[in-house]
Amino acid sequence: MSASAPDIAAKPKKGFRLELKTVGPLVALLLLVILGISLNENFLTYNNLTNVLARSSFIGIIAIGATFVITSGGLDLSVGSMAAVIAGIMIIVMNSLIPSLGIGVGVVLVGMGAGLLIGGAAGVGNGLMITRGRIEAFIVTLGTMGIFRSLVTFLADGGTLSLNFQVADVYRPVYYDGLFGVPWPIIVFALVAIGGEIVMRRTAFGRYCAAIGSNEQVARYSSINVDNVRLFTYILQGVLVAVAVLLYVPRLGSASSTTGVLWELEAIAAVIIGGTTLKGGYGRIWGTVVGVVILGLIGNILNLQSFISPYLNGAFQGVIIILAVLLQRGRRAS
Amino acid sequence: MSNAVGAITPAILAASRISKSFNDVPVLFSVDFDVKRGEVHAIIGENGAGKSTLIKILSGIEQPTSGTVVLDGQPVALPPNGEAESLGIVLIHQELNLAEHLTVADSIFLGREIRRFGFLDVARMRDKARDILETLHVRVDPDARINTLSVADKQMVEIAKAISRDARVLIMDEPTAVLSAGETQTLFEQIRRLTERGVAVIFISHKLDEIMELAQRVTVLRDGQLIATVSTTALTPDSAAQMMVGRELTNLYPPKREPDIDAPVLLSVRGLVAPGARDISFELRQGEILGFSGLIGSGRTAVAEAIVGLTQRTGGEIEVKGKPVHFTRVAQSVAAGLAYMTKDRKGKGLLLNMGLQPNLTLLTLKKHLKAGFLDSASEARALERAVRRFDIRARDPSVAVGRLSGGNQQKLMLGKTMESEPDIIIMDEPTRGIDVGTKQQIYHIIAALAAEGKAIIVISSEMQEVIGLSHRVVVMREGRMAGLLEGAEITEAEIMRYAAGIKQSGNDERLSA
Repeated sequence: MSASAPDIAAKPKKGFRLELKTVGPLVALLLLVILGISLNENFLTYNNLTNVLARSSFIGIIAIGATFVITSGGLDLSVGSMAAVIAGIMIIVMNSLIPSLGIGVGVVLVGMGAGLLIGGAAGVGNGLMITRGRIEAFIVTLGTMGIFRSLVTFLADGGTLSLNFQVADVYRPVYYDGLFGVPWPIIVFALVAIGGEIVMRRTAFGRYCAAIGSNEQVARYSSINVDNVRLFTYILQGVLVAVAVLLYVPRLGSASSTTGVLWELEAIAAVIIGGTTLKGGYGRIWGTVVGVVILGLIGNILNLQSFISPYLNGAFQGVIIILAVLLQRGRRAS
Repeated sequence: MSNAVGAITPAILAASRISKSFNDVPVLFSVDFDVKRGEVHAIIGENGAGKSTLIKILSGIEQPTSGTVVLDGQPVALPPNGEAESLGIVLIHQELNLAEHLTVADSIFLGREIRRFGFLDVARMRDKARDILETLHVRVDPDARINTLSVADKQMVEIAKAISRDARVLIMDEPTAVLSAGETQTLFEQIRRLTERGVAVIFISHKLDEIMELAQRVTVLRDGQLIATVSTTALTPDSAAQMMVGRELTNLYPPKREPDIDAPVLLSVRGLVAPGARDISFELRQGEILGFSGLIGSGRTAVAEAIVGLTQRTGGEIEVKGKPVHFTRVAQSVAAGLAYMTKDRKGKGLLLNMGLQPNLTLLTLKKHLKAGFLDSASEARALERAVRRFDIRARDPSVAVGRLSGGNQQKLMLGKTMESEPDIIIMDEPTRGIDVGTKQQIYHIIAALAAEGKAIIVISSEMQEVIGLSHRVVVMREGRMAGLLEGAEITEAEIMRYAAGIKQSGNDERLSA
């Protein structure tokens, strides 16, 4: 009784081309590793690689939060300044608690708790202004970026906030020690990445992020609480910035107005290189991890060779970012 | 086809045997049309009859698949992108094309600014703009910003712009749709002034009374076919309505099964006031299909969106299954067993860059959680069920939904809506832009759902669809209920009379009952 609707529009695509685009960042990573090996025999040493990964893990943890924010169509420019503020306040809190708590693990734990709390609160602030205040994410986080940056400069009185030496000694292992020879930052980065991948792929929250970033109206008509999901991405971002700072403070034991400068751009760059769409709707955590490692390796390889000045690090990162976006456009056009 | 009206004067612009197809879908079939100096020639027809396509071809925005456009007796290929304006053919779009932040004078001279020594001669443009506005008796300041003007004034600026381009043929696509009665009269005075100066006007409107007042000739289109071109004097509103819709219903529609006389009322709306709708009252019984008819913008979607909580109502009462409700979020209405299927498949219904499965389950994702994590096997089973139940055809379920045909998109959206297992379903334009075979499938699905005991509202701009499916029909006009038709009253001509305002609601007592 019914005529059929043959679906001429849905022709199967060439699977291979799509595959190549999906694994694009992995291919780039592989090429970088081959380049590194061929340039310097020290590249593939355990020390070199753990060193690169440990340094990248701060940006990496932040970039995983940024993946959720960007996938849901948002943006957070404040993460670098936020990291500096969290580091500064953590140091102040720990230093000021020494008289009452003494030097020991207790002070460090309270400091860590304070850091997580401030990160979450900063995320709530960003998120509420964006969702309830209906202000562009770009504007809100540009504003808080300036506020946080000036706040840390003010707290440090234009100089450097230093953690009490004895507390720093207690705290040091969190950056420099590890489990089975793997430094803690790498372990935490790996755990956050695995958790992020699961949340993105296997929870309703992850699906909602992609839906909102893809088309906010469709999400709204599909009974998704768009504002709450958005708000939660910014809180998650804030907490993950704090987690990164927890690992960063024991490294130098200090914070100043230059702490975390340009981290937001590195984090966003890593997300984009990893294949997440800047305007939202599609995100992948493992891609972001690959993006972070690519950015870290570029700097490392430039340091290990003698043909090109390592001062061109930023230029190479920039080229990679633009190439990654070109690749994204190819995917959309196909 | 044309008769003797104005036969002495030759046509300025004519279409000869114009056909047009989009992606092998024909929308115009060998249509003849012409307009003469100083004449207002109206085009009428239902939504989708091909009116807009015809005027796009006449203004060069679309090229005909076959047939010729004739200007001053010479066949021409009109350049696209509004360049036909230089030939004196100006199209004023339904949604006006003015840059909101420019001034009136800037807008009138946009793209052909008067220059002096290479710089804009602002003073002269302002003076000339004032002159043009004065000849039109329009009181608008040339220095006013467009975004400060009313819609009617914006339209006057468009007309002034057309005159400044020495328009000989002015094409207007439903210019009165957004105007009040007073504003409409002002517009008509302008149009008469223009025709006195020899301008030819092509005028699309749904409002038959306006056409009777303004036009000398009327061309009726239906399903892309030219039905007739007649003198307005030979036309009555009834005969026009008949020509617009006159078509026999075939077995496109399933047989109607009346709901039980004692079937419970599942949805009751009394005195609803919401953005775009006022004084809406109706009841919907189990097993009933209630049609909502009316012109585009008559407030049908506004009613639906207010009921499910997409917009906030400011007055009135709603009861679902006898319980008073006030939904402020869609999730609440879904939980209460009331689902709304949007008419805007691409903008509000489906995530075009994603596959079938995430789209199908988006509304009801919580159903597919296992220990807090998504159970993709359960989602896959849901897709399998929906594909079978609604005959969704996609060779690869991971293909982006944006690449599916409109019919399959619509069926997927139906599947998505039904995933929430609603008792009451509001379907907004359930067959818009899909082929007739799929339409028939969807009609049978709708009838089957009603037979299962669902209560269904079908909002549609296609009158045959409303008539073919509905047990009762609400006709909306300008945000209000113009009429509620039952049984033998449900005819196309009757609906058209209410929708076009020829007949006002004469059955108030039933509406408020």
